[in-house]
Amino acid sequence: MANTSTSAGTSTPAFRAWLPVVALGWLIPGGGHFLLHRRGRGALVSLSVIMMFVLGLMMRGPMFQPQTGDLLTTIIYTGGFIGDVCSGILYFLAVWLGYAQPDVAGHVHDYGAKFLVAAGLLNVLALTDAYEIAIGKKD
Amino acid sequence: MPKLNLVSHFEAALLFALFSSIVLGIVTKKTDKERLQYGLRCFAYFVGSVFVIGWLMYFGHR
Repeated sequence: MANTSTSAGTSTPAFRAWLPVVALGWLIPGGGHFLLHRRGRGALVSLSVIMMFVLGLMMRGPMFQPQTGDLLTTIIYTGGFIGDVCSGILYFLAVWLGYAQPDVAGHVHDYGAKFLVAAGLLNVLALTDAYEIAIGKKD
Repeated sequence: MPKLNLVSHFEAALLFALFSSIVLGIVTKKTDKERLQYGLRCFAYFVGSVFVIGWLMYFGHR
């Protein structure tokens, strides 16, 4: 799947080669690898991201909402929100099904919030891998 | 969904290390053997860091 377009003398990967892979991989963790017939890797990515997200929910971690204010607040809350959304369908399902944990004190809740964000960030790593496979940079 | 309330710092860090190491192993290396080795090494680094930082915090609070 190493389709490239050579317009303007440069070699850039064609959208068709990687966009469906990246879109599916974002929406369904591991989906990009499954689309590329890397089932083993897809299953492990899927298992890891889903387990991390479910553990975050079980620890009652709060989801971040984008906030602005001072720089640190903006980075933490907006970055955390982006991390949450990167889990794809898991995030949307949790929100649609009414998961709305308030931000309360306690190390378990705190770990939960980190697990939820880390699940999204691991999915971004998996997306990068799927993208590189799709453009032929990796096997 | 059941509430997971009895998890300690160490257990949470181990779970975090386990799943992070799996994904890091998968996305980083080229052969299955290298992936397994790298995943195990990442897990060991995570756990080792937990102990080192734990002791540093212990002595920092004395």
